[in-house]
Amino acid sequence: MTKNLRVKTSKFIDETYKISFKFNGTTYYGYKGDTLASALLANNIHLVGRSFKYHRPRGIMTAGSEEPNAIVQLHKNSSRTEPNVRATEVEIYEGLEATSQNCWPNVNFDIGGINNILSPILPAGFYYKTFMWPANFWEKYEYFIRKSAGLGKSPTMPDPDIYEHKYIHCDILVIGAGISGIMAAKTAAQNGFKTLLVDEKPYLGGSTIYQNSEHFKINNQISSSWLDKEINEIKKFENLEIKTRTSVAAFHGYNFLLARENLTDHIPLEQRNNKTRQRLLKIRAKKVITATGALERPLIFDNNDRPGILLSSAIEKYTNLFGVACGEKNVLFTNNDSAYETAISLYQKGINIEAIIDNREEIDSKLIKEIEKNNIKIYKGYTVVDTSGYKRINKISIMQLSKDGQKVIGSKTSISCDCLGISGGWTPAVHLFTQSGGKLKFRDEDQVFIPDKYPSNQISIGSCNGDFTLDEILSNITNKLKEFLNIKKTDYENLEIYSSFNKSKRNIWLLPSDKIIGKTKPFVDYQNDATAKDIKLALREGFRSIEHVKRYTTTGMGTDQGKLGNMHALGIISETAGSKMGELGTTTFRPPYTPLTFGTIVGRNVGEYFDVFRKTPIHDWHVKNKAEFENVGQWKRAWYYPKDGENMYDAVQRESKAARDSAGILDASTLGKIDIQGTDASEFLNRVYTNAWSKLAIGKCRYGLMLNEDGMVYDDGVTTRLGENHYIMTTTTGGAATVLGKLEDYLQTEWPELDVYLTSVTDHYATVSVCGPNSKKIVSQVIPDLDFSDENFPHMSFKNTKIDKIKCRVMRISFTGEHSYEINVQANYGKSVWEKCMEAGKEFNITPYGTETMHLLRAEKGFIIVGQDTDATMTPIDLQMDWIVSKKKYDFIGKRSLYRSDTIRDDRKQLVGLLTENPDEVLEEGAQIVADIKKSPVEMLGHVTSSYYSPNLKKSIALGVVRGGKNMMGQKLIIPMENKQINVIVADPVFLDKENKRLNA
Amino acid sequence: MFLINCPYCGEREQSEFKAGGEAHIIRPKQPTELSDDQWAEYLFMRKNIKGIQFERWVHTHGCRKWFNVVRDTSNDIIKAVYKMGEKPPIK
Repeated sequence: MTKNLRVKTSKFIDETYKISFKFNGTTYYGYKGDTLASALLANNIHLVGRSFKYHRPRGIMTAGSEEPNAIVQLHKNSSRTEPNVRATEVEIYEGLEATSQNCWPNVNFDIGGINNILSPILPAGFYYKTFMWPANFWEKYEYFIRKSAGLGKSPTMPDPDIYEHKYIHCDILVIGAGISGIMAAKTAAQNGFKTLLVDEKPYLGGSTIYQNSEHFKINNQISSSWLDKEINEIKKFENLEIKTRTSVAAFHGYNFLLARENLTDHIPLEQRNNKTRQRLLKIRAKKVITATGALERPLIFDNNDRPGILLSSAIEKYTNLFGVACGEKNVLFTNNDSAYETAISLYQKGINIEAIIDNREEIDSKLIKEIEKNNIKIYKGYTVVDTSGYKRINKISIMQLSKDGQKVIGSKTSISCDCLGISGGWTPAVHLFTQSGGKLKFRDEDQVFIPDKYPSNQISIGSCNGDFTLDEILSNITNKLKEFLNIKKTDYENLEIYSSFNKSKRNIWLLPSDKIIGKTKPFVDYQNDATAKDIKLALREGFRSIEHVKRYTTTGMGTDQGKLGNMHALGIISETAGSKMGELGTTTFRPPYTPLTFGTIVGRNVGEYFDVFRKTPIHDWHVKNKAEFENVGQWKRAWYYPKDGENMYDAVQRESKAARDSAGILDASTLGKIDIQGTDASEFLNRVYTNAWSKLAIGKCRYGLMLNEDGMVYDDGVTTRLGENHYIMTTTTGGAATVLGKLEDYLQTEWPELDVYLTSVTDHYATVSVCGPNSKKIVSQVIPDLDFSDENFPHMSFKNTKIDKIKCRVMRISFTGEHSYEINVQANYGKSVWEKCMEAGKEFNITPYGTETMHLLRAEKGFIIVGQDTDATMTPIDLQMDWIVSKKKYDFIGKRSLYRSDTIRDDRKQLVGLLTENPDEVLEEGAQIVADIKKSPVEMLGHVTSSYYSPNLKKSIALGVVRGGKNMMGQKLIIPMENKQINVIVADPVFLDKENKRLNA
Repeated sequence: MFLINCPYCGEREQSEFKAGGEAHIIRPKQPTELSDDQWAEYLFMRKNIKGIQFERWVHTHGCRKWFNVVRDTSNDIIKAVYKMGEKPPIK
């Protein structure tokens, strides 16, 4: 097995630099410049993995990013291991470890291979059809199906690597550094454009750079030598940035592209520390030149998937670029001239060619003549009908094609071989073009889709535009560049081009066989094991849309996204359905072109940088006093302050009791605050709140409810009149930004005549809220100059005052139902005011409380929390808050919707209080509420929105929304839980102090 | 991602903006005098055009100003941008 198939020195391989690596536990050697695939082939290893469904042995098929088969698991360690890496793209480095995927116990002996024998009973849609019944067995099937699904293993530990994002703005982006891309980049740079050239490979020059034949010449030099000089020249431009190992993943509208730049994947692990592994480039280009080349097509015949079967162009690349022979007994199978280029490369290096099988009968080009001159047998008008060799191809059978190409005729001939190169012509890589919104057209003569209409300022050049021969590419490029870049001249005006390539091709999507199709396995999608047979079955079963056939057969749904076989699938569908190829369209090409790591997508936004978080000016105090925090919008809010090992329940019970018995203190700085000024400020508030504002006296506060135009409650809060034309509005913590946005919207677009100015001041003030029967005593110590008598400073009023020399606004407002004060002070004094209150409150056992206690206290009073007790389907009437809706006002946002036929229904869900029969039983928030458990199906009347054990009432209390709940007072309802039913009584949502005595206590 | 030419700030990335739905829907001056059907027409009914569409955008992470955009929804090309209250420059 271990044989050295390195044939001849290649200038791309450094044979003085030997590298050892491990594949499936065995150590092998390669050279600097090798990919994992080329190094394995040099060691005569073709078998690298098993296919997804049938677990068939699979080998290296291509030499690029389109590889469907040679996908491996890279690295062993649990944090860096990476599945589905294409061996054809991995550059080897000292210590690299790779293993085969989708096989057990190993790639040579795989138990799952039984699926191959069972394949006649595993057709397309097998899972859909089989696991339908009996229905209740799904839970049993699921375990096994999930186990066999997916390829490779994910890392189980956090990724240690660093990733980043970078924005790039350029005049011209050139994608692909083949001959077309190099010429385009040079021309753009010469003309002063800020240019970026990217290519997914580590070297420049595409496939031309390793082309050594006398048959392709530019200005009398072999094309690779000519291109070499061009590459040396473009490296000199200061306005041209070149990025290799950079793969464009997505081409969005307005020339916005995403590309992944690989920075350390090719160096040994120990050298990667503290270096950025991959970078996501966010590129905005004024103009884009796509030069992504073309992908060689395979041919579709029985058993076309064995290890040892490669694309003909891949064999050429392994020979010329890596100096590796893919086999010792090579056969080429083609329908066009490309395979003869490969044959010449092999012949030049002294690699044996057994025969060439050509679908075409009449062929005549200089390339073919040279092959014939060297006594290589060409079977003209023949096709391969079968192959054999389980883990490596060892023989092919060929037969003659009928005139119409529909049948095979004559007798079968066998040819033994260890490598088969296949070439079905070329498919332009139009993936990025279509991603950007471009429309394709179908060219009948050689059966390819090529770009038609460009959706943005871009062009496609070279073979991705359907120009496949050297003379076509070079002669078209000059005029295209001149027009696109708006320049007069290029360096490439009068190139002398010599190309022996003849474009003739005999395109047969599914090659005929001597067997009936049911007995064959002509693979169209290698990775997902979709065969031509499956596609035909899908059509027989009635599928017509290619998008449906794709999903039913899973053609093109692997990690390679069907880069090789999608065209054949389309061809077979249109032939079978009798429709014209161009009219079917294609399946949608979606980003990314090749898979991206999650690390690249996320960049630096990990850990504490995952999202912005906002801290109040008093945050440090909460941290120091061991608060647990809760995320509210982007804010970190103190949730509760556990003492001496308390759990949340105990802490909240203690805090709630202390607030009502003596004093509590809350950091309310996160509430949204909007400063409203202007001569029409009162009128504006009239229009945005449900209640009336014109008569609110200066120095007074009022609670307001804001609706959407559809009548549903949107936000609430207290607004204070600071002056004749000056208000400060508070909003909910989470709603601040959207409320400001909505108010601005109405001001700018509906009522531009109003003289009103809105300013967000949320971050400018800290708010300390002190509540409880002793709050007055505490706050009056902190602010000794202020008269706190009820006459001077009643509930729902505000005072401008000072603490020492610092100005502050004090509001006497309450969300707990207790006598309470909110001190607003410039943010940077927040913490000192908080500490002063704590100091003054010491003798009253002032207790800091968090959001959880705040929620409990307000629930005792039946105050709603927008977003918890409401969900954008609740009107104020549904909330039993009719009192806040002005009947007199002519209009306000949402008013008209309050008497639509739907909003006046009696059986809408309405907010009610719920008391459990057993006062110790606390309901679960979100639990369903029903009246009749025996009815089938059980009618859901609503759900529990807030639920607590109240330490002040010594019983369980809850709020809920119940259909028609307003008229159910005192009625018994049921909360069905998993193991029990809980009986509840519908009650008034105000559980404590309905007369508001405590406010003035 | 679009490039949007804010009439107040100039060309900026789409991520700085927020879309606000169909433009030129005027809030009725006297909603209370409308029937349920007329109110529903204003409240719920929006066009879903393939082709030229007039829509509202706001420069949320910029000047916070609302303005109108004429966009071809079939290819996302922005044909025109104009201020609130101005007449559409194209039909």
